[in-house]
Amino acid sequence: MSLEILRAGLQTTIQDLGRFGVAHLGISASGASDNLAMRIGNLIVGNPENTTAIEMTLTGDTVLFHSNAFIALAGSKFKIDLDEKPFPFWSGTYISAGQVLTIGPTLKGARCYLCVRGGLQVKNIINSTSTHLTSRMGGLNGSILKKGDGIAFGNLDKVIQPIKNMENYPYTDSTTIRVTKGLQWDWFDNQNRKLFFQKTYQVSTLSNRMGLRLSGESILSSKGNEIITEGMPLGAIQIPGNGQPILSFVEHQTTGGYPKLANVISADLYKVGQLKPGDNFKFQLIDFPEAEKARLEQENYILSLKAHCS
Amino acid sequence: MALNHSPQFILASDRSILVKFGSKISEEIHQRVFAFTDFVLTNRIKSVVNIHPAYSSVLFTLDLNADLNEILSLIKISWDASTQTNIPDSRHVEIPVLYGDGFGEDMDRVSQHTGLNQSEIIQSHEGGSYKVYFTGFSPGFPYIGGMDPSLSTPRLTTPRKQVPAGTIGIAAEQTGIYPLSSPGGWNLIGQTPIKIFDWHHPTDLRLRMGDSIKFISITKEEFDQLKENVT
Repeated sequence: MSLEILRAGLQTTIQDLGRFGVAHLGISASGASDNLAMRIGNLIVGNPENTTAIEMTLTGDTVLFHSNAFIALAGSKFKIDLDEKPFPFWSGTYISAGQVLTIGPTLKGARCYLCVRGGLQVKNIINSTSTHLTSRMGGLNGSILKKGDGIAFGNLDKVIQPIKNMENYPYTDSTTIRVTKGLQWDWFDNQNRKLFFQKTYQVSTLSNRMGLRLSGESILSSKGNEIITEGMPLGAIQIPGNGQPILSFVEHQTTGGYPKLANVISADLYKVGQLKPGDNFKFQLIDFPEAEKARLEQENYILSLKAHCS
Repeated sequence: MALNHSPQFILASDRSILVKFGSKISEEIHQRVFAFTDFVLTNRIKSVVNIHPAYSSVLFTLDLNADLNEILSLIKISWDASTQTNIPDSRHVEIPVLYGDGFGEDMDRVSQHTGLNQSEIIQSHEGGSYKVYFTGFSPGFPYIGGMDPSLSTPRLTTPRKQVPAGTIGIAAEQTGIYPLSSPGGWNLIGQTPIKIFDWHHPTDLRLRMGDSIKFISITKEEFDQLKENVT
């Protein structure tokens, strides 16, 4: 069973939930940018959450199915049709061999996921199929998908019951991103912290899976622009010398030398995955217990979906 | 006295914990970071999905199901246990470098900051005895300590969007090599023809944490010769 890319999207990659255990070699986890959407998309077709899927960015692909398939689209809505007829998001749908799914430009956020029952069959590198574009590793030859690429699917033997009626899918509002204090919070005075949380930031066109460069009010450190290089958490907000924040994302550098003012909470990382160049948003500060609460709520939501699967 | 040697345990995000051994780069702190990293890579801590060692700290990142405070306790226990172990052996590695000659875009910037001319910079950089403090930043990137402080030059205020693979750079008191082309804010002074990271063998690094290294200045002819031998 296989599918074929007839027309490639802007930046389409093979992803699972990430490649772990090698950060000490300088290799960050990579994985789905909107991890929540991918986990749910997989559950909808009855796959374990970490099953390999396709991530599409800003403009999707045209996909020919060479065999029957059971698929779901998850994440931001994109313009989409199946043989020129409307096709639903967040819903498990049967496809017949020979049918063509055309996924056009986004209608809202940055990314959507094509999940296929049984998973995509891609070579594992260090226990993951995730494409890491910066290191040209994983996925199909470490690269974005191209016209003519063929991918086998459906070989997974541990599939589960799909979700029948997926009504409660997540609505992604990326206009507020919650953060906790970063490792160098003390490097910034009250005036600069206040500016950071009051002002709106815009995602610049230089943003990618490695990091989002933000433009807006410049933030100045009162203790300089360089720290002794230390480990970089996913979602760290670094302030380089020019004062324009850089948000570290899924292909982030494993260590870094700019002071970190704040860090996106894990429950809001999926929202970052839906931010696209030109989008405006604000940061909101919360404390660690609140961040833990938000994470548990999100994990409980996933658990409630899984309850429908059994 | 043992209390003075205990690191700080700091929440870096709701999914990561920083164990901090101080705020400076030193051989003594490196030995402690190296021993602790070696210990936690061998004796895995539940729910820790990644370990990021650096000059004077180790960052632990956690999976989505772990309780933050529970893992914090486990990391503290692990630290206590690690103090009983020996530091692993280190290797010696030589790295050929073509300094300047079209590969040192920031040689003039380093000159301005240090007051040294190009040949003095090369002499000083080549003359040092270096240590790989850790690998991090990007795949296989070695953070190398031991550079003469007189070469110290601040990072670029706006990072470059692309730096070629094999480039040797200086950032403040640190020197390093870019194993792959990537964005970066270091001052570029030369290039090695040797492949530092090979994505076909991602876990088999040319330079590893704890290695001692020596830079050997080579000519353009030698560079081209060695470059041809790299597959």
